[in-house]
Amino acid sequence: MAVSTTWVFAESSEGKVATITLELLTKARALGGTVEAFYGGGDADAIAEQLGKFGATKMYAADAGDVLQGAPVAAAMAAQIESGNKPDLILFGQTYDGRDVAGRLSAKLDKPALTNGVDVSADGDKVTVQNAIFGGNTLVQTAFAGDGPFLALFRPKSFAAEEGGGGAAEVVKVGVPDTGTAGQSKVLDRHVEEHTGPKLDEAEVVVSGGRGLGAAEKYEMIEQLAKLLKGAPGASRAIVDAGWVPYAYQVGQTGKVVKPNVYIAAGISGATQHLVGMKGAKNIIAINKDKDAPIFSIADLGIVGDVHKVIPKLLEALQAKG
Amino acid sequence: MPPHMNVVVCAKQIPDPAAPGELDPNTKTLKREGKLILDDSDAYGVEMGLQLADKAGGGEVTLISMAPNSEVSGLRTALAMGAAKAILVSDEALQGTDSLGTAKVLAAAIKRAEPDLVLTATESTDGYTGVLPAQVAEILGWPSITFAKHIEVADGTAKVQRQTEEGYDEVEASLPAIVSVTAGVVEPRYPSFKGIMAAKNKPVDEVKITDLGLSADDVGWKGARQEIVDVSPAEERQAGEIVEDEGDAHERIVQFLEKLKVI
Ligand SMILES: Cc1cc2nc3c(=O)[nH]c(=O)nc-3n(C[C@H](O)[C@H](O)[C@H](O)COP(=O)(O)OP(=O)(O)OC[C@H]3O[C@@H](n4cnc5c(N)ncnc54)[C@H](O)[C@@H]3O)c2cc1C
Ligand SMILES: Cc1cc2nc3c(=O)[nH]c(=O)nc-3n(C[C@H](O)[C@H](O)[C@H](O)COP(=O)(O)OP(=O)(O)OC[C@H]3O[C@@H](n4cnc5c(N)ncnc54)[C@H](O)[C@@H]3O)c2cc1C
Repeated sequence: MAVSTTWVFAESSEGKVATITLELLTKARALGGTVEAFYGGGDADAIAEQLGKFGATKMYAADAGDVLQGAPVAAAMAAQIESGNKPDLILFGQTYDGRDVAGRLSAKLDKPALTNGVDVSADGDKVTVQNAIFGGNTLVQTAFAGDGPFLALFRPKSFAAEEGGGGAAEVVKVGVPDTGTAGQSKVLDRHVEEHTGPKLDEAEVVVSGGRGLGAAEKYEMIEQLAKLLKGAPGASRAIVDAGWVPYAYQVGQTGKVVKPNVYIAAGISGATQHLVGMKGAKNIIAINKDKDAPIFSIADLGIVGDVHKVIPKLLEALQAKG
Repeated sequence: MPPHMNVVVCAKQIPDPAAPGELDPNTKTLKREGKLILDDSDAYGVEMGLQLADKAGGGEVTLISMAPNSEVSGLRTALAMGAAKAILVSDEALQGTDSLGTAKVLAAAIKRAEPDLVLTATESTDGYTGVLPAQVAEILGWPSITFAKHIEVADGTAKVQRQTEEGYDEVEASLPAIVSVTAGVVEPRYPSFKGIMAAKNKPVDEVKITDLGLSADDVGWKGARQEIVDVSPAEERQAGEIVEDEGDAHERIVQFLEKLKVI
């Protein structure tokens, strides 16, 4: 028996399905078998059409309410599995909620979770997850042993999201078992940080700055350049930790994974943890004053120079072009 | 507010991340030889724990670590910062343990310590599976709040700012609870000379898995139920053209962007 049913843990925000969910649905389709979504939000009907378009024939909707999804959604999944709706494989994004639900479910079912996956394949009964370690220079294939359901988490941007042309997913409302205090991490309020321009992980152009900028106020150059190129500004962890820019700007292993058409790294050395977040970019431009900086080993165009000289001139040239 | 706030901080001891990682050709897992150090990510939990106990006006920080070969170097660093004592789980049977197995071990050790609050990092530097905090919470039947960038404790409740894709959520859970903290939640202190001296005499309770009521089937290779089937080098990205700036390098960038029709 190959994979006959795959579940995808679905995430959304304000009625829009998260890109990672669409990526996972697309991959689930490629594995063959039936694809179903499992959702913990209260607006299942609003997203059933989007999920269907990307391949989910059915969506289990367990309205967790205003609490963190980990415990209640894991309990709802486990209840379905116990009642006989047992998938062979459950795919999660390596996201805030994905990690909470997968971790809880793993402990509840006493099944391992394979994390940080970048690919998955099924060969008969054998399901194998691929990981990229050591900054992406080594690929590791890990197969699940024992019985399913197999739980696997994937890094964003591991798969391209493509529509499959299906109709709206059938919404199946399912109950949320009482999880006691474990399920009572109450969300009291949500703060959404203002931002303009394209999202960092969806932008066609990303301009990132690092410690080589020298001072927090120099980050303005990065923002200006990103704006002129209709892109998004990003950052290395060094300047996020230094408090120059918010965490949301961070690119890398512990930040966002980006795959833009063009990535510009300015004053960034190219540590492996940064590279894993951006080396999937189609074109990479690096500006660094040290000709031996590791970033140059993956750059299509490397400029050995001072960011304080090169970027102001670049801004001027772009402004002149209008 | 409990007059005593006892905090357990999970403190992972890892190989120096500055040294390049290497896989053992036989077991295909990360080599963990030589001296281990305190995972930087856990220094935030230690500092947060110390501050919360301090604010509560009493209580202490207990470290829990699972590590091979009775390793204590990393624990000594955290003890030097001010943690009172440590429980170290070290056992031959733990070789090859996966995240769920580790969670079972840590949860059992946490039960021994009976804390009001458990702090972990959001993910470790060497394994970074990032699911362990939720696994531990589920085993204990406790609430969890992951990705905390700010924590306050009052009246038996933890109030946390939890990082999200768009900003942060204000989340509240009753104690005992487990909270995973991001880098930057607090600024970790450097151990003082006095702290380092004092740390040498602080108690480290070393236990085996059987002391925790676990069997070798729960952990190690057997417990992991996953098998590494292949390791191969990834396709390398090739370096392109490198240009020394002589005052006109910005023109090269403009040309490059024009060629791609970005401008
Ligand atoms: C577990 C873990 C997770 C991590 N996750 C991430 C992550 O998600 N993202 C991330 O980015 N990092 C991450 N890091 C940190 C990473 O290892 C590096 O420390 C970090 O990326 C370095 O940032 P940087 O390149 O800005 O700074 P540095 O490494 O200090 O590099 C600065 C560069 O600027 C150059 N420079 C200096 N002055 C100039 C100038 N005037 N003009 C041009 N160039 C100049 C220098 O030559 C140097 O190459 C992680 C680390 C760990 C241990
Ligand atoms: C490259 C690599 C990939 C791996 N992939 C997987 C995988 O996909 N699935 C899997 O099940 N296992 C995996 N493992 C094994 C896993 O890393 C170990 O089982 C580890 O003991 C627990 O996972 P973690 O550190 O990754 O947990 P994380 O969830 O990243 O840890 C979160 C926090 O928990 C605390 N913590 C974790 N371990 C300890 C400890 N030993 N002592 C004290 N506190 C601790 C720390 O505060 C830590 O920051 C992998 C290991 C490596 C080296």
